[in-house]
Amino acid sequence: MARGQYEPVIGLEVHAELLTAAKVFCGCSAKFGAPPNQNTCPVCLGMPGTLPVVNRRVIEFAMRAGLATRSEIAHYSRWARKNYFYPDLPKGYQISQYELPICTGGAVDIEVEGAPRTIRLTRIHMEEDTGKNIHDAHGDASLVDFNRCGVPLLEIVSEPELRSAAEAGAYLRKLRAILQYLEICDGNMEEGSFRCDANVSIRPVGSKPFGIKVEIKNMNSFRAVERAIEYEIERQTTVLDDGGRLVQETRLWDPDRELTRSMRSKEFADDYRYFPDPDLLPLVIDDAWIAAVRETLPELPDARRQRFVDRYGLPAYDAEVLTQRKDLADYYEAVVRHHANAKAISNWIMGDVLRVVRERKLDNAPIIHDWPVLPERLAALVKLIDDGEISGKIAKTVFEEMVSTGGSPVEIVAARGLTQISDDAAIQAAVDAVIGANTAKVAEYRGGKDKLFGFFVGQVMKATEGKANPQKVNELLRAALAG
Amino acid sequence: MSELTRLSIDEAADLLKRRQVSAEDLTRAALERIAATEPALHSFITVTAEGAMEEARAADARRARGEHGPLLGIPVAIKDIILTRGTRTTAGSKILSTFVAPYDATVSARLRAAGAVCVGKLNCDEFAMGSSTENSAFGVTRNPWDTERVPGGSSGGSASAIAAAQCLGTLGTDTGGSIRQPAACCGVVGLKPTYGRVSRYGVIAYASSLDQVGPLARTVRGCAAMLGVVAGHDTADSTSVPRPVPDYAAHLDGKVRGLRIAVPREYFVEGVQPEVEAAVRTALHALEGQGANVSEVSLPHTRYAVATYYLVATAEASSNLARYDGVKYGHRAAAAEGLVDMYRKTRAEGFGAEVKRRIMLGTYALSAGYYDAYYLRAQKVRTLIRRDFEAVFAEHDVVLTPTAPTTAFRIGERTSDPLQMYLSDIFTISVNLAGLPAISLPCGFDTRGLPIGLQIIGRPFAEEIVLKAADAYERLTEWHRRTPDAVAQGGA
Repeated sequence: MARGQYEPVIGLEVHAELLTAAKVFCGCSAKFGAPPNQNTCPVCLGMPGTLPVVNRRVIEFAMRAGLATRSEIAHYSRWARKNYFYPDLPKGYQISQYELPICTGGAVDIEVEGAPRTIRLTRIHMEEDTGKNIHDAHGDASLVDFNRCGVPLLEIVSEPELRSAAEAGAYLRKLRAILQYLEICDGNMEEGSFRCDANVSIRPVGSKPFGIKVEIKNMNSFRAVERAIEYEIERQTTVLDDGGRLVQETRLWDPDRELTRSMRSKEFADDYRYFPDPDLLPLVIDDAWIAAVRETLPELPDARRQRFVDRYGLPAYDAEVLTQRKDLADYYEAVVRHHANAKAISNWIMGDVLRVVRERKLDNAPIIHDWPVLPERLAALVKLIDDGEISGKIAKTVFEEMVSTGGSPVEIVAARGLTQISDDAAIQAAVDAVIGANTAKVAEYRGGKDKLFGFFVGQVMKATEGKANPQKVNELLRAALAG
Repeated sequence: MSELTRLSIDEAADLLKRRQVSAEDLTRAALERIAATEPALHSFITVTAEGAMEEARAADARRARGEHGPLLGIPVAIKDIILTRGTRTTAGSKILSTFVAPYDATVSARLRAAGAVCVGKLNCDEFAMGSSTENSAFGVTRNPWDTERVPGGSSGGSASAIAAAQCLGTLGTDTGGSIRQPAACCGVVGLKPTYGRVSRYGVIAYASSLDQVGPLARTVRGCAAMLGVVAGHDTADSTSVPRPVPDYAAHLDGKVRGLRIAVPREYFVEGVQPEVEAAVRTALHALEGQGANVSEVSLPHTRYAVATYYLVATAEASSNLARYDGVKYGHRAAAAEGLVDMYRKTRAEGFGAEVKRRIMLGTYALSAGYYDAYYLRAQKVRTLIRRDFEAVFAEHDVVLTPTAPTTAFRIGERTSDPLQMYLSDIFTISVNLAGLPAISLPCGFDTRGLPIGLQIIGRPFAEEIVLKAADAYERLTEWHRRTPDAVAQGGA
């Protein structure tokens, strides 16, 4: 079969660490970044005799995720034990959900190159995170940090309905945005609080059965997920085109060499010996509880994007960019509340503000607490332009100073005397001076060299230190040159 | 021996209250008795003499301040599968031989708060797996009635310590009969409460859905006092039930008139030692004589109980015991090459044969392809067994049976035949599968002078009815006053 005649089949398994203050089965802090083994107690260390007690917030967070993705919330679900040996798993089993998860079904809407698609979810279930092994830090010994043990996780499993790396990326971004909007996950891929495994196979176009599936792990950015999937589609295509056979296996993404490599063969599937955890009662959720959680759901990304179009009259593109992150959308609305020039503010944010965010690498942070300028100050800046107090050009200078000093635009303009000169007499004086000083050029212009007009404008602006109202300058210059 | 160690809990509490004896006196007497009898019995893994004397002085001080309570100043001991902060807790296993508990089990904390004086940690079958206390990594416990015989198990140390008057009350755990069967073998009273009545927090798990902590004592009243202290809801155990704890002692009025007693025919079959059956029937007549109504019933799924138990219990055990891997605490194999080798050697060295046997059985029962046929099927049968009891309890107040089919057997007699050993719990296992409360109390002796146990089973959370019926019977007899001759001279 020739190249390009395969169809990729991609399913994603996302692990999202939940932003509860406490762990899922004990009262230990779930916060990231504490010194090793500080956030531990007998329960999350799995000491003999300890028993788990479920943190109710975790269940509510799972319900939020379920409701936000139109999932069915199970009235009866169950905790299960997933048994396997690993040093970072102190009990020798992980408490998870298996045959009766809390959420089933559901869907996430995405759009790739203008084409809308709905990706269905298989399930969302709750589980506890494991610890972390640290190798080669201490001679030939390995150390274990159990801080992460018992931090609550949601596992969100999509149906194998994604058909390209771009779709996978769009799905992941939308899913992360939803979780961030729900304020249940910070979505930080680098710190591992939003992790993704991809199942990738290819099949001849038009064929029904799935091809041999490869699981890819170890991707810690959106770009890595997309690159890894692209690589894997390419690799599988080459293997089949060369008449080779694919094996079911787990492969690791190597971000330095930009390729996947085999980790282990999956010919013999792991036997986790799942069974219902006898230490935990079945989880019973009634309609009243579901309704109460539904009440607390915030406006989600798609709804907000539409509202930005409807309410602020923004182009769809602007609305899309501004609502990708909840904190960005919040920021935009905070600015607009202070000064209602929706499109100009959108331009400033999409341009200068996000440029600074990127320069300072704030876009990697899950929540941008310190935006480059306060919403009311950005609003004040745009208002200065709209009121004709400063020119757009001067505004750029003011903005840079706001970013570096944190000052207010009004004060910066006043302190540096940047107020726009709209006074006819002052501009006329400057115009006269420029004409007087450049008689030769004036003659050339009057002789038909229209292009010189820009030169005169520049000279006047220079003379007024850029503060002259450009419209007035144009007006008065034309009159004077027509002389 | 000192008369102080022969007291029942309520007798001792009465003397303490009347200032005729101090907790220090009681504790010193217990420690002397332990010192004298331990060489012959080995009921204890750890004796905490110093700590006990301190606790006794603290209890006396509390009494002096006017405090009182059923266990304040009473010498007790705790099965070494229940965590006691700062004291080694081994579960009878080599793999935990160096493990010092970092926290108190809820039951330990409740005993402490009630002012009970803990004299030590009692021997048991490794991880409570066994019916003879021969499977302890710390050596066999002997039956005070005949030191050539087992005390039963797995709470053999808890039962023998009471029978030998080493202390006045003990805690055991009961997964398939591990309190009641040794209580029967040693001629003492042992109560397995309803599943969920007592917190399991800090109790080293064998089979989580079956395990329950309970008291052993010389009298029914003593068990009631112990239960009153340790029972009740615990937010650290999701399976503990938020129900108020009744005043058990208030129910012990000796009256059984109108009590509807069910006798299941499945418990009086071939294989039951004739003297056991005769003693139980005599006990029934005695209760009938007090106005109880006795009728025969059927619990048709009884014959599947042992098989069901060994699937459910071992499946849970295989998972519960996975944490003993040498990574965090306890025994770790010295010379291992790499991680997997360390796991293998640690567990091979740390676990005894019976534990390994059950881990393998449970691993098999849960493995892919067998889960439905074994574990899931066993859970369904478990439901049928529970329904058998529900049907009987619709028309009866208690079910009465022998506790064990035979009296105490000889040490080593059944160790080579695990299946034969498993049958020791044949009359107690159903109760755990159904989560019911049940008590064993002495109802006679066989011709060799070995005690026979009577089992009284109740509805869920009807401990007070079980205790009331048992107490009424106890008042009719003197069995609980007999002293084992074998070690009687050990103290004094």
